[in-house]
Amino acid sequence: MARSITPRRKILTTAAAWAVGILIFFPIYWTILTSFKTEAQAINDPPLFLFFDWTLENYSVVQERSDYMRFLWNSLIVAGGSTLLGILVAVPAAWSMAFVPSRRTKDVLLWMLSTKMLPAVGVLYPISLIFVRFGLLDTRAGLIAVLMLVNLPIIVWMLYTYFKEIPGEILEAARMDGAGLKEEILHVLTPMAVPGIASTILLNVILAWNEAFWTLNLTAAKAAPLTAFIASYSSPEGLFFAKLSAASTMAIAPILILGWFSQKQLVRGLTFGAVK
Amino acid sequence: MATKSSRSAARVMLAPAVILLLGWMLVPLTMTLFFSFKKYLPLRGDSLERGLDWVGFANYARFISSSSFWPSVQTTLVMVGCVLAVTVVLGILLALLLDQPFWGRGVVRILVIAPFFVMPTVSALVWKNMFMDPVNGLLAHLWRFFGAEPVSWLSDASLASVIMIVSWQWLPFATLILLTAIQSLDSEQLEAAEMDGAPALGRFAHIILPHLGRAITIVILIQTIFLLSIFAEIFVTTGGAFGTRTLTYLIFQRVVDSQNIGLGSAGGVYAIILANIVAIFLMRIVGKNLDR
Repeated sequence: MARSITPRRKILTTAAAWAVGILIFFPIYWTILTSFKTEAQAINDPPLFLFFDWTLENYSVVQERSDYMRFLWNSLIVAGGSTLLGILVAVPAAWSMAFVPSRRTKDVLLWMLSTKMLPAVGVLYPISLIFVRFGLLDTRAGLIAVLMLVNLPIIVWMLYTYFKEIPGEILEAARMDGAGLKEEILHVLTPMAVPGIASTILLNVILAWNEAFWTLNLTAAKAAPLTAFIASYSSPEGLFFAKLSAASTMAIAPILILGWFSQKQLVRGLTFGAVK
Repeated sequence: MATKSSRSAARVMLAPAVILLLGWMLVPLTMTLFFSFKKYLPLRGDSLERGLDWVGFANYARFISSSSFWPSVQTTLVMVGCVLAVTVVLGILLALLLDQPFWGRGVVRILVIAPFFVMPTVSALVWKNMFMDPVNGLLAHLWRFFGAEPVSWLSDASLASVIMIVSWQWLPFATLILLTAIQSLDSEQLEAAEMDGAPALGRFAHIILPHLGRAITIVILIQTIFLLSIFAEIFVTTGGAFGTRTLTYLIFQRVVDSQNIGLGSAGGVYAIILANIVAIFLMRIVGKNLDR
């Protein structure tokens, strides 16, 4: 039963909540807005909020000068590739731990989580060395491998918590009906697991897309994704606010949209199932 | 319930993930440990092929006794502590606000969560230039509007500025988790307390806060893990200058800028130990949850 709320209180709450929401969102709004201004309007004092000559010029300049599409392509390949590869490895693992648990399952899960806590900077040199030896430096394949390993514990954990919620009785019923392991997996469990797998993919694409330690340190020109593309704007040329904004907008837009779909999974994925 | 064949099948299914993670953990860790006991300066002609000199714990001693070590530990602690304080306190307040009924909840929720999806290099650059630039930044405009002298944020108040940027990125995470936890609170208990005439502050202190305890602990632990290894925000804004050099960044500079692999590796081992201390606490909580 919901508590009764006076209209006055609801109006006040609405005003406060919207004010806070707009304040927090403001930097993103401001970036998107500035991307449609000319450079002169971008640094105008007083700041221009609505009435200026909207232009798309910055977007075409950014694309021409720095070849945005190449970085976007790298981001897509690396985020998508590392996630899919991770899923391929993690689904069987999470599956076996959720449905055929043994005494060691809990220890294995916690140990996997502990590999996520390894500070990246502590192993930066060894990884670079391995990359140089195997010709992986500045390649998409190398980045895909590293990001897959970095995110694998999260993928396994998320899948595990989702699979855990599939009732075991369904399995038993299927077995009674004479279903083998293969039928069990293909026809009974898979349909129930698809939503969980989809959410896991979504969250991990976001995490891989925004990863900014390995992507900055292991790429130079060829395989650099959008994180590195944006970091290149920290040089003095970055003082062109409108172009910086256009580049930033293009780098975050795809993930903002994906992110809005994944709010609920975010909590579960990043707390390893401890908060649902 | 599980048959013998399904048990061995399960082991085969688990193997690839375990082997990959084991390799990912052990190989670089062993190498870091190995280098940390060696003199290894590639720019001065040391190379793996010709063999490296064993120096015992010299790198460990030098890393700790260097004049930049303690300041970097202090910077790390201040940064992590402040970001945690800001995000948890504001996160609780925001979660309480967003839990109230109001018009447009879905939209406001989206606005609040959005910063979490902005990649670290973008948020650092946007804040650095468009807000904190002492001449053309929006904050400079605002300061001049009120007749004040604009602040050079990233050189005069650099650590505070970085803390502010990182807090902006992590506030959504704290808010979202705390909101999820508040929403799982039994509202009947709150109603009962309200009818008994318990004041709002009392209801918060005696019912809501204890209920949030676990969620707050989890927020703190998970954020600590991520905050200890903050990199891009410092890399893009100050490059470690003006008192923003954290332990992570110091190690990064030793390895990449001054190419002192032995020293950097010893630093890396310290960072790994530090992260593990936090990790043990997090694992306990998550582990307990598994038993339920």
